[in-house]
Amino acid sequence: MVTSSATTGTAQRLAAGLRLPIGIVAFLALSLAVLGIDQFVNALTLGAIYALVALGYTMVYGIIELINFAHGDVFMVGSFIALFISSSLLGNDGSITDLPLLAGSVLILFALTIGIMALVGALIERLAYRPLRRAPKLAPLITAIGVSFILQNIIQFFFGPTIVSVPQLVPIEWSIQVAGARVPLLNLFVIATSVLLMFALQLFISRTRTGRAMRTTSMDRDASSLMGVDINRTIMITFLIGSGLAGAAGVVHGLYYGNTTFSLGFQSGLKAFTAAVLGGIGNTAGAALGGFLIAFVEVGASAFGYGRWGGAIVFSLLVIFLVFRPTGLLGSHTGDRA
Amino acid sequence: MSRIGEAIGAPFAPVRTFFRRHRSLGIFVGVLLISIALPLITRVPPFDGIQSTNAWVNAFTTAAIYAMLAMGLNVVIGFAGLLDLGYAAFFALGGYTYAFVASPFTGVHLPFWPMLLAGGVVGAIFGVLLGAPTLRLRGDYLAIVTLGFGEIVPITLMNADKFTDGVNGIGGIDKPNIPGILQFTLTNPWPMYGLVIMLFALIMIMIYRLEDSRLGRTWDAIREDELAAESSGVNTVIAKLQAFAVGASIAGIVGVVNAAKITIVTPDQFRFAVSISALAAVVLGGMGNTIGVATGAFIIYLFQSILLKQLNTLVENFNIPVLNQIDFLEFQYVLYGIVLVLMMLKRPQGIFPAHRRMREFGPLKSAKRGSK
Amino acid sequence: MSAAKGKPMLKARGVTRKFGGLVAVSNVDFEIPRGSISAIIGPNGAGKTTFFNVIAGIYAPTSGTIELDGKPLISPPTGAGREPILLLVPTIPFIGLAIYFLIAIGGDTGLVEGVASVSVALLGFVCALLLNIVRPAWYNRVIKRIGVTRPARPNDMVEAGLARTFQNIRLYKSLTTLENILIGMHVHMRSTFLGALFKSRQVREEEAAAEQRARELLAFVDLSGMENELAKNLPYGKQRLLEIARALASRPKLLLLDEPAAGMNPKETEEMTALIRRIRDELGITILLIEHDMRVVMGISDHITVLDHGEKIAEGLPKAIRTNPKVIEAYLGRGAAAGH
Ligand SMILES: Nc1ncnc2c1ncn2[C@@H]1O[C@H](COP(=O)(O)OP(=O)(O)OP(=O)(O)O)[C@@H](O)[C@H]1O
Ligand SMILES: [Mg+2]
Repeated sequence: MVTSSATTGTAQRLAAGLRLPIGIVAFLALSLAVLGIDQFVNALTLGAIYALVALGYTMVYGIIELINFAHGDVFMVGSFIALFISSSLLGNDGSITDLPLLAGSVLILFALTIGIMALVGALIERLAYRPLRRAPKLAPLITAIGVSFILQNIIQFFFGPTIVSVPQLVPIEWSIQVAGARVPLLNLFVIATSVLLMFALQLFISRTRTGRAMRTTSMDRDASSLMGVDINRTIMITFLIGSGLAGAAGVVHGLYYGNTTFSLGFQSGLKAFTAAVLGGIGNTAGAALGGFLIAFVEVGASAFGYGRWGGAIVFSLLVIFLVFRPTGLLGSHTGDRA
Repeated sequence: MSRIGEAIGAPFAPVRTFFRRHRSLGIFVGVLLISIALPLITRVPPFDGIQSTNAWVNAFTTAAIYAMLAMGLNVVIGFAGLLDLGYAAFFALGGYTYAFVASPFTGVHLPFWPMLLAGGVVGAIFGVLLGAPTLRLRGDYLAIVTLGFGEIVPITLMNADKFTDGVNGIGGIDKPNIPGILQFTLTNPWPMYGLVIMLFALIMIMIYRLEDSRLGRTWDAIREDELAAESSGVNTVIAKLQAFAVGASIAGIVGVVNAAKITIVTPDQFRFAVSISALAAVVLGGMGNTIGVATGAFIIYLFQSILLKQLNTLVENFNIPVLNQIDFLEFQYVLYGIVLVLMMLKRPQGIFPAHRRMREFGPLKSAKRGSK
Repeated sequence: MSAAKGKPMLKARGVTRKFGGLVAVSNVDFEIPRGSISAIIGPNGAGKTTFFNVIAGIYAPTSGTIELDGKPLISPPTGAGREPILLLVPTIPFIGLAIYFLIAIGGDTGLVEGVASVSVALLGFVCALLLNIVRPAWYNRVIKRIGVTRPARPNDMVEAGLARTFQNIRLYKSLTTLENILIGMHVHMRSTFLGALFKSRQVREEEAAAEQRARELLAFVDLSGMENELAKNLPYGKQRLLEIARALASRPKLLLLDEPAAGMNPKETEEMTALIRRIRDELGITILLIEHDMRVVMGISDHITVLDHGEKIAEGLPKAIRTNPKVIEAYLGRGAAAGH
């Protein structure tokens, strides 16, 4: 409105824009110094997984303002689907050293799991959430909790309540030397896959028609409906993508840790949600950032011998952020309109 | 207002009018009658064949404990409309409080009765501690924070083993006694049954009074439209905090009773599943309807602990090969999930809808004209 | 009523409210004379409702202050960064107490002592939290010393004597008419938590009196006989009346009405106009309204303020406003957006 403030405004915005990248670089440098390269790579890897899961939370929340409690369990189911495909369909029980065979198996594993989980996610949306779109706010939240519980117990029924081992297709011995430390190729593979998927998602959201529809729907559902956006389809696609990413995270988790359990989704879900809040819920780049942050906090905690308290620390972070900065690091949220 | 009258099934008009006017008395008499009737029913077939009367009474006691939990949670969810997913944490805190001051673990042995109140106070303190910073947040954020809290408390109890003996929990907790008159024992379930029934009636009376008070109306307003409530002069944060504290203190009190009943507390007793089972009871019985919720809790508890158990023995007896492998008790957890999803989709007002909830979920007959 | 005739009922100074880059209200100075009916008009999106929301405590102003009946109540929040101190400082004595306790028993932190001292510290923290939420007057004064100010919340404004209705009616839809009004009376009821639990006589009497007054209010807005009707089942015009009655229930000094006659037919509009007059004349309540219907505005307002693009472009008597070229331009410049 007033021209004189425009220049200072730009300067301020530039400063604010730079603050974040500088902060991230500083944080990474500090972490590297404190944790050492081994733990640093571990944290990055864990962060990649959290980020993938957090994306699903943040996308769904962005578009229908629902905390999809079942999302963590979709991730968990994904890890079991991957286990099933890998060991029962492909008949693996350990690492594959033949490179073409490995690439083929991993590719099939990803494609199938992502596909199946995308369908599962969309199915959940169709059956459990869509009928409640106009219901009081509490209803879909309660349903989501119910779905989460059902998923957990179905898996527990079929695979038992204990930790199950998953074939680690990528040999753990493969590694490269970085600054005198041995960095397993597996970690790099996990990080690369996640980053690739996140970039693909960003491209999809910013470049495609559907992606733009998702953005407008999350800003103002009624308005974009008037503009001719098919709301049901858009929400469905959001669930497809979010769950697909969770499926990918499931695959990655299995490959990296070599095990999974039915309660995986509950714990990691809470952490991934924290990641989404940390980054600014509704903001996809923020979710990725949050995922890495959480991982660093957790790995840092175990490095200093407080591993058992990792969950508690992450949770405290969630509360602190919700209370003092509910918009997260990147996100912005408009209040209730009177 | 005639809910109570109907619920105790008083068929005669004068009786009904009387209890409508003296509701608290009505609740008391109703609960008493039911608590006498239940053990009697278990003496007739087919119930007498399932388990001994003592075992039945024990089961009813546990069911009533569970029902009190559900009623407390209903204050938070049904009245104030706040989704609390970590309710079991307050239950745990009540239990551990009593375990601390009445067990060989610490060597302290305080009497049971004042600790009943202390459990409530501890519950309320932690309710405020969790609620105060978070109740300003949107409702769904509260849900996730409580979920986390419900997860953290058992973890802390497990890991702080110096104070809690970790996974083993604290055992040998003192049973209540009335000095010189009555000593509660593990073998005789009746005194505990009586205690729990009394407490049940008391809590129900209190909750009904709160519901009808200025505070209860405030909760209605917040649930309906929080911004409008603020603009009507309601301090919504305080009102929500009160709901939270009431719910938490009921859980705390019940935690004390539960600890005294089973004489041991372990972190495992207070997992997420407990919160979910209470939530399922609330949703099944009908959010906002205290009697409905208590009934819902009874139904769920008896279903899982009697019916599913019976199914197990039945399958075993008939030696059906495939089904033999299945432990039907495990289905209780799926059951909670299914109750939550199905009820929300098909009958969100619950099987015994509260009058107000019926209006909320019912078809919207609003006569809105384009306002702008 | 005429004691403080000279002082304005509401005084807004330099009120600005931004939403991101959008300046919804821009540096507005504004006064409402005691006992008047004032109006704010302006094209769609001019910032009228936003200005209301700032006055009512719903949106904190980006800058500017608001006084109600001589009391400064609203100004931009400051010192938010210092809030954590507010929680920690009151806790320190309790932590001190806990430490003292530990030392007193000889530094031998046995199990029970450890738990007990942690509990004491925790209790202190809970007290600090509660203080921070309940915020009694003395607490507000103390935190002002260290530079923390927070604007009054909507409920504080109601307590100070302001009531409002909403542009898009916000009733408690599934509650009855009577219950809606009883909730409006909330600020003047004194029954406590324990009072409710033990159903003391004072509580019962207060409830009865409140119900009595609620019925009177319903009669005042001509809704008698609809006590047990659900709010959402009322026809639109009656919902507006109920919302006004609910606002009146808090015995306001100043009543804010956001487009009270929107969507009404001529007859209903006329009744609404009469009601607004009665509220001022019979109840002595100062009124500020937003309205697009020029017949209503010109008919009842003593004083009109015009907003456009968030800025005050004119104010004065209805006659002067009608012929003010700036106002005409603001409306006609927008073409069809002008009158409805
Ligand atoms: N919560 C909010 N977040 C972002 N922008 C907002 C918000 N509330 C209002 N605005 C914007 O502020 C501007 C002023 O809106 P306001 O509702 O105050 O206008 P108004 O004068 O009441 O219009 P009308 O006559 O249509 O009611 C509009 O551009 C609106 O989009
Ligand atoms: Mg407006």
